[in-house]
Amino acid sequence: MSLSAAPARRPRIRFETVAPAAILAAAVVIYVVLIVATGQTHYLSAGNLVGVLSRSIALAITAIGQTFVILTASIDLSVAALISASAVLASVVMGGDPAMIVPAIAAVMALGAVVGLINGLVVAKLEVNPLIATLGMALIIQGCLSAFVSNFAGAVPRTFQFFAYGTFFGLPFSLVVLGALVVLSWFVLRFTRFGANIYSVGGNRDAARFAGIKTARVTIAAHVVCSLCAALAGLYLASRLGSGAPWIGREGMYDLESIAVVVIGGTILAGGRGGVWGTVAGVLIFALIDSLFNIVGMNAFAKQVLRGIIIIAAVGFYSVRSQRIAA
Amino acid sequence: MSEAVPESHSTAPILEMRGIVKTFPGVRALDGVGFHCGRGEVRALVGENGAGKSTLIKILSGVYQADSGSILLEGSAVAFNHPVESLAAGISVIYQEFSLLPDRTVADNIFLGREPVRRGIMDRARMRRETREALALFGSGHGIEPDSLVSELGIAQQQMVEIAKAVSLEARVVVMDEPTAALDENECAVLFSIIERLKQRGTAVVYITHRMREVTRLADTVTVLKDGSVAAEFDHLPEPSRIVNAMVGRALADFYPPAAAPEEIGDPVLTVRGGGNDRLFDIDFDLRAGEITSFAGIQGAGRTAVALALFGRDPFTRGTVTLAGKEVRFKRPREAIRAGLTIVPGDRKAEGLFLMQPVIDNGMVSARAFAGMLGSHKGSAALTTAGMEALFDQLDVRAADYDQEIQFLSGGNQQKVVVARWLSLAPKVLIFIEPTRGVDVNAKAGIYDLMRELARGGAAIMMVSSDLPEVLGASDRILVMREGRIVAEHRRGVSEATIMADATGHVEVAA
Amino acid sequence: MSEGAVRKRQESRSRRRLPAINPIWFVLVALIVALIVYNPYFVQPVGYMNFLKRAAPLAILAAGQVYVIVSGGFDLSVGSTITLTVIGSSMLLDNDPDATWWVIALMYAVGLAVGLVNGLVVSVLRVPSLIATLGMMITLGGVALVWSGGAPRGYLPDTFRYFGRTNILDVPVVNILPVSLIVLAVFDGALWWLMHRTNYGRLVHAVGDNPRAAMLAGIPVTRVRVIAFVLSSLSAVTAGILLGGFAGVSTDVGRGYELQAITAAVLGGAQLLGGRGSVSASIAGALTLTAIFTLLNFVGLPQPVREVVQGVILITAVAYAMHRRRHAAR
Repeated sequence: MSLSAAPARRPRIRFETVAPAAILAAAVVIYVVLIVATGQTHYLSAGNLVGVLSRSIALAITAIGQTFVILTASIDLSVAALISASAVLASVVMGGDPAMIVPAIAAVMALGAVVGLINGLVVAKLEVNPLIATLGMALIIQGCLSAFVSNFAGAVPRTFQFFAYGTFFGLPFSLVVLGALVVLSWFVLRFTRFGANIYSVGGNRDAARFAGIKTARVTIAAHVVCSLCAALAGLYLASRLGSGAPWIGREGMYDLESIAVVVIGGTILAGGRGGVWGTVAGVLIFALIDSLFNIVGMNAFAKQVLRGIIIIAAVGFYSVRSQRIAA
Repeated sequence: MSEAVPESHSTAPILEMRGIVKTFPGVRALDGVGFHCGRGEVRALVGENGAGKSTLIKILSGVYQADSGSILLEGSAVAFNHPVESLAAGISVIYQEFSLLPDRTVADNIFLGREPVRRGIMDRARMRRETREALALFGSGHGIEPDSLVSELGIAQQQMVEIAKAVSLEARVVVMDEPTAALDENECAVLFSIIERLKQRGTAVVYITHRMREVTRLADTVTVLKDGSVAAEFDHLPEPSRIVNAMVGRALADFYPPAAAPEEIGDPVLTVRGGGNDRLFDIDFDLRAGEITSFAGIQGAGRTAVALALFGRDPFTRGTVTLAGKEVRFKRPREAIRAGLTIVPGDRKAEGLFLMQPVIDNGMVSARAFAGMLGSHKGSAALTTAGMEALFDQLDVRAADYDQEIQFLSGGNQQKVVVARWLSLAPKVLIFIEPTRGVDVNAKAGIYDLMRELARGGAAIMMVSSDLPEVLGASDRILVMREGRIVAEHRRGVSEATIMADATGHVEVAA
Repeated sequence: MSEGAVRKRQESRSRRRLPAINPIWFVLVALIVALIVYNPYFVQPVGYMNFLKRAAPLAILAAGQVYVIVSGGFDLSVGSTITLTVIGSSMLLDNDPDATWWVIALMYAVGLAVGLVNGLVVSVLRVPSLIATLGMMITLGGVALVWSGGAPRGYLPDTFRYFGRTNILDVPVVNILPVSLIVLAVFDGALWWLMHRTNYGRLVHAVGDNPRAAMLAGIPVTRVRVIAFVLSSLSAVTAGILLGGFAGVSTDVGRGYELQAITAAVLGGAQLLGGRGSVSASIAGALTLTAIFTLLNFVGLPQPVREVVQGVILITAVAYAMHRRRHAAR
């Protein structure tokens, strides 16, 4: 018997599954109350709500990828740099020429795959702490990028802007893509062996290895998925901004925010527990907070201060309950 | 090595290991070990810590590879480079630390790494069905559903899941590494009946244990390892004393120091009256200077919870605690320690040791915790590093060098360092949780002697132990707990059966 | 392991501590030789003093960071703390040299508060330090922007810039002595003493090695950990004061320093997630990193390449440490 109390029977309904829904509900209520109170009811229109969601597309896509790596008990802090690099690569390769759309997408996805592969190899094979490995990767990507471009570079053709601005059966096309990505991720995690392996590796790496799961491959694959998602988010931003710049990822704080929404969505940083629907809830919560800032007309710098505080508070809300005393 | 196959096990051994040699840098862990186990045979594998049991099993399961020697499975030579290969060959090892994933379902765990797939999608219906079939071995009433999360199961149920996994893998050889370490007596009885069923199915069971009672109760045959070689092999169950002699070369009776004489027992140092919280009710007891008081009971009876409550983790919400005449209520361990209440944790690695730090720092840590932070690391007048080293010498801590990292010491020596840590603070009460877990047989006697010495020195000793012989042999007074209450108090000399009856609430105990 | 085997093993093993000399010193010496080969002027006092002057902020930062790393965490907020120190000082001083002393005192108070918040968020709210300090980095960056309105105005008077910029001339033996070097010697000397000669230094090692055991051994874990974060923040304020004098006012003066500090500590053999680390070796790591950057300059590589090289060094250093630990494990 050890001093850590015996694993008591835990209730079936878990804090981590209920909390995201509860916070989301609270955020919606606050949102509606504030809008009604300030009399700005036009913010409640369906169009505006879709707009709220659309502003968070890049974060959502990135966070879905981040969910995969966090489930395997790893983490990826290179996504912001990769988003910038992908957006720049896309707009430079396209150079306004519709014929170059497909090669550009292929190049961006290849970049994502390579970055994910290297991240995964360094983490899984060299056993480098994932925070350090991906922070190092972020430095490398950002350094390479800054060596070539210092401002908006290249341009995407109008047709490519369909990704960000087009509609599909009345819905923003980007939202449809996001929806498809969410469903696909959910399906993979829930119904395939790859999904089961991700949970197993994150839950207990040694047990997974002893059961014959190639744990390194699972970790690498999760990193590739994450980097591919970041690359896709880069494509989306290039489409939305019409061009890529080397700071758009960092400015959007996609690394920290993607981790924060995953955690708020109930996926635990230790790995093995959570899922993609929680992440979606986390993104919605952040989207609502962001549009609240807009409604009250907050200045951009103050917004940054509040975002930092909200992220710390949100993660603290989940972690304060844990018995863990590690730093 | 015995060639004779006892009549009760008519077939050739399923498993045979021959001349296994394994060397780690500086240590020859196994030196030509032979081992075999037949169909429907339960073979106990016994030996002190470090005798080579774990290494042998890790070679069998493919975690390690032998330097030389061979493994025969049903007569044909095999070589495993990875645990997954031994699993595929029908060898299942159930380790002490369960290899289950707490956040996954029972079915997910049983099919871990080999989930059936139909057209790219996991066949959950089949997983559930086959999980049910495997669980059927335990009869009904085990309360395990294929969709239960493992974290919702008790320890015994988790072990059943491990065994069901072995069954579902159609294991021919099942190895259990100290499976009862975390089980109470009732759960042990269930486990033993399951082993009986495995035996009837013709499975070869290798049963690793420290506990002689389990050997005599379960085993058909016994292999004793000592210092990396086979010290004895019995193809019939021998007298327990012969096994023990082969293990350590001395008799069990020498183990325990004598009880305290009545005049050695002083006044109560710590008194609890009406103590209670969510899990504990009406806790009344005294710890007296010079006396060793044991808390006995089954897992979950609340013994450790009492220690934790005193120490400020999940404290008592009702009742009073008096320490040296003053009423106290500690909110955190630091306050308890400052007042003279100290604890030697059961899980040394997780709760007691700083593995990367030198032996001397592991000893000094608590003295430093209460000295000024800007004080010299060499210590203050109260305790210098030289004083600590003298304390180590006094406790006979064996280390090449006190500047060596403590991870390289044996379990017994590590335990002594943790005790020395507290002695530097001259505590009034010492609580020992499972004091000899992971300590080899010879060193156990040293720990008992040490506890007795401390009691003679005027400390009140509280021991929480799941090792019943230890409770009976090493304490002066025994409090038995059941369901969060203290239900009985006995002096030394009480019988094992009486304690079990109190602990379980049943008059007759299957033991 | 039986006692017999233990004794046998112990006889075959002499001291089982890390090698007496940390390999980072050899790397540093090799790099300095390379610097001298590239630029013989480097052996002149003006040459190496300028090098040390440039390395001083990082050496101070690394010595603070190693406390947080040994305690088991990371501090990524130091870069923003540097920026905030520089921006805040320039805003508050507003061309008034007489305000220097109280502004510096106020900045140290801000650093203390930042460290306290970091430490408490990590210890009490149990937020992983990486996220807590990244959040702090964003928050402080935002505060610096709000304060300066996005474009810093004002400048730092000479009284403030004294620490980072001034050289004391006509010093015997070395001719010139940068004030920043004195700051470095005093600050890092104090941090070295605290880490390697006091109870606190041993306690912070214990907390990083096994926080649970530390709590059960009676160590005030929260206090020990908060102090580590405070020391790191104070080192950032000190580095900020030097950089303000050395480099002047801008909103990205501190950017990237957090990772440089971690890289320096890791180069010095500090173990990620706690339990091992040395102040002097971290300073050697900081000098090594600065020497590498200086060499890259000599070779004529553009600025962004520095980031790439640093990323590679960071990953390589940790991979090498993991490799060594794997092989020492048995």
